Amino acid sequence: MAGELLAIRDLHIGFEVYGGTLKVLNGVDLTVREGEKVGLVGETGCGKTTTAKSTLRILPSPPARISKGEILFRGEDILKMGPKEVRRVQGQGISMIFQDPTAALNPVFTIGEQLMDAIRYSNSQGALSKREIRARAIQALKDVALPDPERILECYPIQLSGGMRQRICIAMAIATESELLIADEPTTSLDVTIQAQVLRLLGNLVQEKEASTILITHSLGVVREWTDRVYVMYAGGMVEAAKTKEIFANPLHPYTRLLMKAVPKLTGEGIAEGIPGRIPDYLNPPPGCRFHPRCPHAIPICSQEQPPFFSRGDDHQVACYLYEG
Amino acid sequence: MTTLAEEILKVNDLKKYFRTSRGTVRAVDGVSFTIKEGETLGLVGESGSGKSTVAYVIMGIYPPTSGQILFRGQDISKEARKRPKPLKKEIQIVFQDPGSSLNPRRTIKQIIELPLKVHGLSRNMARTEQVARLLEMVELPIDYLYKYPQAIGGGEKQMVAIARALATSPSFVVLDEPTSALDVSVQAKIIKLLMRLQQELNLTYLFITHDLSLMRNMASRVAIMYLGKICEVAPTVEFFQNPLHPYTKMLLSSIPVVSEEEEALKPQRIISTGEIPSPVNVPPGCSFHLRCPMKLEICSKVDPKPTEVAEGHPVRCHLYPAQSEAR
Amino acid sequence: MELARSAALSRRWEKAKRLWYKFSRNPLSILGLVTVLLIGFVAAFAPFISPYPKHAGGYVNFSEASKPPSLKHLLGTDVFGRDVLSRIFFGYRFSLMMGVVVLALVVPPGVTLGLLAGYLKGTWADTLIMRITDIFVAVPPLVLALAVCSVLTPSVFNAMMAVSLMWWPWYCRMVYGIASSLRNEFFVQAAEVTGASRWHILFREILPNCYAPIFTKMSLDMGWVILIGSALSFVGLGAQPPTPDLGTMLADGAKYMPDQWWIAVFPALAIMIVVLGFNLLGDGIRDMLEVEEV
Repeated sequence: MAGELLAIRDLHIGFEVYGGTLKVLNGVDLTVREGEKVGLVGETGCGKTTTAKSTLRILPSPPARISKGEILFRGEDILKMGPKEVRRVQGQGISMIFQDPTAALNPVFTIGEQLMDAIRYSNSQGALSKREIRARAIQALKDVALPDPERILECYPIQLSGGMRQRICIAMAIATESELLIADEPTTSLDVTIQAQVLRLLGNLVQEKEASTILITHSLGVVREWTDRVYVMYAGGMVEAAKTKEIFANPLHPYTRLLMKAVPKLTGEGIAEGIPGRIPDYLNPPPGCRFHPRCPHAIPICSQEQPPFFSRGDDHQVACYLYEG
Repeated sequence: MTTLAEEILKVNDLKKYFRTSRGTVRAVDGVSFTIKEGETLGLVGESGSGKSTVAYVIMGIYPPTSGQILFRGQDISKEARKRPKPLKKEIQIVFQDPGSSLNPRRTIKQIIELPLKVHGLSRNMARTEQVARLLEMVELPIDYLYKYPQAIGGGEKQMVAIARALATSPSFVVLDEPTSALDVSVQAKIIKLLMRLQQELNLTYLFITHDLSLMRNMASRVAIMYLGKICEVAPTVEFFQNPLHPYTKMLLSSIPVVSEEEEALKPQRIISTGEIPSPVNVPPGCSFHLRCPMKLEICSKVDPKPTEVAEGHPVRCHLYPAQSEAR
Repeated sequence: MELARSAALSRRWEKAKRLWYKFSRNPLSILGLVTVLLIGFVAAFAPFISPYPKHAGGYVNFSEASKPPSLKHLLGTDVFGRDVLSRIFFGYRFSLMMGVVVLALVVPPGVTLGLLAGYLKGTWADTLIMRITDIFVAVPPLVLALAVCSVLTPSVFNAMMAVSLMWWPWYCRMVYGIASSLRNEFFVQAAEVTGASRWHILFREILPNCYAPIFTKMSLDMGWVILIGSALSFVGLGAQPPTPDLGTMLADGAKYMPDQWWIAVFPALAIMIVVLGFNLLGDGIRDMLEVEEV
């Protein structure tokens, strides 16, 4: 088994607001092994982005407060690092691709300026010459299959289409030679045909660069087509983790099952009922398993204790008392 | 059976151009289709295909540049303001973004009762009751009457928008990507609701979306749009069993799916390439030829005409020449 | 019926509580509110709470002239022997009235024209309204007020007219900006396609979304109008003696600086306090009326 690159252990994060604390993350566990493509799937407001941002230490604090847990990157706890080490991790260790490529690029600088800055900062010790940086930037644009890279370096973000901007963001993330790439809904704002292109490209690149990836998305389809292993997240905690093939063949957690049913199918089986109820109020989350008020299979213990991960078969874990023992 | 149903809406060579500083945007460029009473016509396209513009022109938010829209035989090719009032009762819309379609300064009651007031459909005394009934119809609790839109979830907002659209008992409703901003579990609820209401109230839908999987389960017929034109129309089952236009195939092959059975339905890998060109500079000939993996020489010169390949299944592509020319 | 009414009452109460919570989160807003309320009280009841109500007019008593602050005259007396505190009370009365009259003249036409032009953006009505607005905006209010008042006879009435004439375009432009962006929102289009009247769309759909900036600006403008009124009086083009106006008092007192400082300094402070009060109140109103996302 490959070594662990990133390990998030029992992460609790709250947001201080009027009236109390929003308990947004409630014991998140997530492991990324070397060279692995991990999917993190869940619905709006389940804490996917908060998890990603805390890993990069870019969560605004206050209002966010990390009350418990650790984030080990190559064995070092990112949460205990000083500002200098954090910058080193951000520059060379972990990079992030955001959902909205328009917001991720500064409209007043050219693509070239932004891309070359990213490359310069990621090479603090190896002081590259201007020409080398430019060459790397052009190579990065070629890597993401953009035509005419010389011209694109001179372009402002507004002159490019959404798909092209997202490729630029990928180019920036790739150019820094990071070991871990966190892609937060990288294709949500794109059309399906463009999404297919961008995902294909991203897949080829991480394979080539031997980087590990966390792909955050709400789309089960994207996860199935793109990742090796999947974490399903609900209301601030992981409910199920398994190899992608396994989880789609044999989903265990009631939430995972309902979610998969709710996805409209090309085979035309009609539309499922959806999931009853709504996501919990994070100010006063339900005790025990946070899914129990909506769960059709809830048993008494579900409302009393938070279920730990139970192992089920090869690398398949599920946080649900139905699978205890 | 389908021949018996009456045509409720007929769109004939509809064009809508916008003049901008960069040139003329041909958002809708010669679109024709009909919708029969009680069916759901799905209009699929990517951003920039002009599918929403078709909806807005039908609703009278913009007047058409040319072409005709007939509603039950009556010409409605003009702005909403110029249409007779009783007609507006018949045609309603549910917008894409539930955040922007409800006024943040008005309560749910005020929002839903507006169409009732405008069309004089209720007396003051009975109005609250009527709004409450509409809320019940879309499965929302009555105590939402006096809430403001910010206080409720995205799916619930969309349910309010549906209640507003149904307040005047319309016969035809345009659904402009009603669930694209929502999670799948919420989407399922909304779609279920829409399908139930269609049955109960005998509604006809024009359902606009970019999501083919959703379309498969919702529409009775599907039309695909690309750069302001319709490429292919077919009954849903036929459409997914026998997609013909290369763009349709590219779309289908790009959809991320969740099961092996679905994977098998996708056309053999037609790999998606290129991007949708700007509607200011529409390429000559077939507008898809720049991305088409099966293009012929003629494609860059002559814009193809729609051909009925099977009954009720027209395709606009040179690969399927008209019946008169032998194939 | 009885039940429905009490439910409506409790809803209104709930709404008021929420508004107050948002307003009161900033203590400075409360300070502004208290200041404005106090000044309003003092102005309304000036004849009853002033120590020397008679001093408001052309009263003369040279034996008490130019007395420094004392227990008898808390803020001293002016050169005619009039109690400065009493005259400030009456001065507030005058200032507030001026502010209220000007805003009442300015806000309704400004807002209506702005709504109309914004909603009809791109039509001849938009062009006409906005170009006229531009012409007015190009002249600074104080300069025009000075011009009008020096051509016509200097009087309070003329001063208020002149200020009003210059002030409406600002409301028009502000509302225009909001209305022209809101008209593309789906909720406006939904009202249009269902056949709602233009009146409904302008005043029921768009206007409520302009309340926050309008009320904020009104509060800030109260301060500004009072300031401009005082400035006009200061140069002798506004209120004429013996009207107790803060600007006139300041002008008169300025001649006796620095020896009899109280004659000028207290009216100046009074102006400052009222302007500051309205500014703080304006910030509070903005906080209160902002739509918050949940």
